[in-house]
Amino acid sequence: MTAATTPYRTSQRSVSDSFARLVHAEWTKFRTLRGWVLAVIAAVVLIDVFGLLVVNSGGIQCSQGSGAACLPSVPTGPGGEAVNDSFYFVRQPLPGAGSLTVQVTSLTGMISAQTGGFIGQHGPAGLTTGLVPWAKAGIIIAASTRQGSAYAAMMVTGSHGVRMQYDYTSDIAGLPGAVSAAAPAWLRLVRSGDTITGYDSASGSRWTQIGVAHLPGLTGTVQAGLFAASPLEFTPNFPSYGESGGSLTGSLATGVFDHVRLQGGVTGGWTGQNIGRGGAGYDGPLIGYRQAGGKLTVTGSGDIGPVVSGSANTSYDTVTIADHLLGVFIGLVILVVIAAMFITVEYRRGLIRTTLAASPRRGRLLAAKAVIVGLVTFAAGSVAAAIAVIVGKVVSRGGGAYVLPVGALTEVRVILGVGALLAVTAVLALSIGTVLRRSVVTVAAVIIALVLPYILGVAGILPAAAAQWVLRITPAAAFAIEQSVPQYHQVIGQYGPPDYFPLAPWAGFAVLCGYAAASLALAAWLLRRRDV
Amino acid sequence: MNLTTTTGSTLPRSAGPAAAAQATGLPDALRAEWTKLRTLPGTGWILATLGALTIAVGAGTDSATRCATAVSCTLDTTKVSLTGIEAGQAVVAVLAVLIITGEYSTGMIAATFTAMPRRWVVLAAKAAVLTGMVLAASTVAVAGSLTAGRIILAANGLIPAHGFALVSVSHGPTVRAAVGSVLYLALVGLFSLGVATIVRDSAAATGAVLGLLYVAPIVALFLGSNPVWQHRLERYSPVNAGLAIQNTIGLQHQPIGPWGGIGVLAVWASAALLIAGLQLRLRDA
Repeated sequence: MTAATTPYRTSQRSVSDSFARLVHAEWTKFRTLRGWVLAVIAAVVLIDVFGLLVVNSGGIQCSQGSGAACLPSVPTGPGGEAVNDSFYFVRQPLPGAGSLTVQVTSLTGMISAQTGGFIGQHGPAGLTTGLVPWAKAGIIIAASTRQGSAYAAMMVTGSHGVRMQYDYTSDIAGLPGAVSAAAPAWLRLVRSGDTITGYDSASGSRWTQIGVAHLPGLTGTVQAGLFAASPLEFTPNFPSYGESGGSLTGSLATGVFDHVRLQGGVTGGWTGQNIGRGGAGYDGPLIGYRQAGGKLTVTGSGDIGPVVSGSANTSYDTVTIADHLLGVFIGLVILVVIAAMFITVEYRRGLIRTTLAASPRRGRLLAAKAVIVGLVTFAAGSVAAAIAVIVGKVVSRGGGAYVLPVGALTEVRVILGVGALLAVTAVLALSIGTVLRRSVVTVAAVIIALVLPYILGVAGILPAAAAQWVLRITPAAAFAIEQSVPQYHQVIGQYGPPDYFPLAPWAGFAVLCGYAAASLALAAWLLRRRDV
Repeated sequence: MNLTTTTGSTLPRSAGPAAAAQATGLPDALRAEWTKLRTLPGTGWILATLGALTIAVGAGTDSATRCATAVSCTLDTTKVSLTGIEAGQAVVAVLAVLIITGEYSTGMIAATFTAMPRRWVVLAAKAAVLTGMVLAASTVAVAGSLTAGRIILAANGLIPAHGFALVSVSHGPTVRAAVGSVLYLALVGLFSLGVATIVRDSAAATGAVLGLLYVAPIVALFLGSNPVWQHRLERYSPVNAGLAIQNTIGLQHQPIGPWGGIGVLAVWASAALLIAGLQLRLRDA
């Protein structure tokens, strides 16, 4: 077809066939339809209006007033993440290298007898015996007594055995099982410069290294000692995947330590301090420490660990930047309609005959359309998401909710991720539109593929396990790109949309890309194979 | 094809203008619309998809649902069996949108209105034919879903011995949920027909209808920071209110009662059809 042409015609064809020309032609088709341009602008506006309207528009009430007056001062860890750092600390200064060894013979606890009890109250009433799963007592070496300072700790926990934890987010498992006088656990931390090594032992003679923590903030004199903490217990309102809210109950934990030996210390005497006053938990007379017969008994409340979204381990309201992106669903519906029409209108009006006559290489035509529809939706989505995230943070804070801090790179990933999510969805709609040639079925199919699984997954209709599978294998997995904070197995929370997804951000996005690539390939094949 | 049918049936009487006006009554319009819809190649497929998708999503949810006892989790077995309606409503919307926008995109609408100048009669006929088809297909879909629910949920141990009601037609609330779900799909169809008549463009109409049906529940779900608006959306958005008819337990804890909820959806559908009828009268075809 191209071989039997004169030089003159060849030169002309090479100009009209060039991909840039094709893209330009498609761009002209797109931009000269005023309705489409207005619809894209409407999508951006609606993404932002809905995203910002739904965030804390009610305003938070507290004893200091309402709205921004209720914003708590939340410590941040060495990694910049929001942390809980409240525990009872029995400490001595440690000026240089040294080690701390203890035997833990018991870990017991108390929980408020009433669900939702002693949050913000500090009386001794209404306690019942019980140990929350991540109650913890053990030894810790911290840069200072300031909340959010660098640390490494070895501990026994309520139901997760011995753990080594450091700098709030890291957690390594040690010996399993609960401690008792008959089966005590030995813990040891060794400091050398800014490196702390954790060991555990069942016998006190044979030691197992659990982990090594390099803590850049740990210079000069640090604080070494014993600690106890017990996090708030979270009871969800109803079991589902996704945030449904819940109630928090305060708790406390008591650890009994024997054979306490600090090498490298200078004072030889212990000082007790209630760091963070138990956080939102218990701050009554049971908190403190006792020294008798060579044993130290430490009782504390609170937690040392990262804050998670959904107010599952804080008494204040937490949101993530993803909470401002609810309007993306509305934008998605509008952009899917436009992307589908970009090809189905050509079929309906018969323009496709002219288009294909002008550019007989049909695969390249589809590619040009995909480039235009992808770029337009990527730009619109990114702009809308940038406004929603940046303005949303201000609106949320004004309403009194604490926005979990994330790095600049994460924020950029979320913003461009929304653009990419909408762009790939638009390409999916374009491809399915090319395959079906009917706009109604195309629009319905894409919306069902992206939005219905999300509803089924998070509305409490499906049980949590099935909901997670739905959000792994359907195109709705792509909403994972909106995640800004990680899940932590060592913190009990309500890990579900819109803040948490079963797949990592890029893995979820890749699922949608897979569907889009497959449908684009099918569309290109069908477009080439069949008659107009 | 619409022209043929209409003129065919009225030919002996269409001598003068008065006779022509008489000939465009509702029965003729109904026959015309029935012929149009019946002879489209897609209609059969769409109705089959409605049944298959509803039953498949329902059965999938049934088989994923597990719960030891009614104490550890409250489960409405009837509502679980009818989960597929969430997917089936999109198919109903597609059919409803196609009925009217198909005419606009092909230009057929001009011929239809020439043959039947009383436009609200055309809309009423389309609504009646659509409702009939949706009622028939969704009865099959709901019966299939409940049957699947009875078998699969019981096999998963959700039985009276563990505190769960068996899905059964001798159970009053289950009958209400079943009849209500059929009604729900019919009302979704009428609502979609109204919106599509207002919007006229097929892709935009599909987006508008499905956006209202699917995005409102998501917004309601994550509006925890604003309980007042959350409650309003749960009571008055078409899907949240309409699907309240599926509740068989814990009715006093729901934002809206079963019949009140389906009533809200009926108001949405009537309003959409009313505006559509006015639009048809006032604007050029």
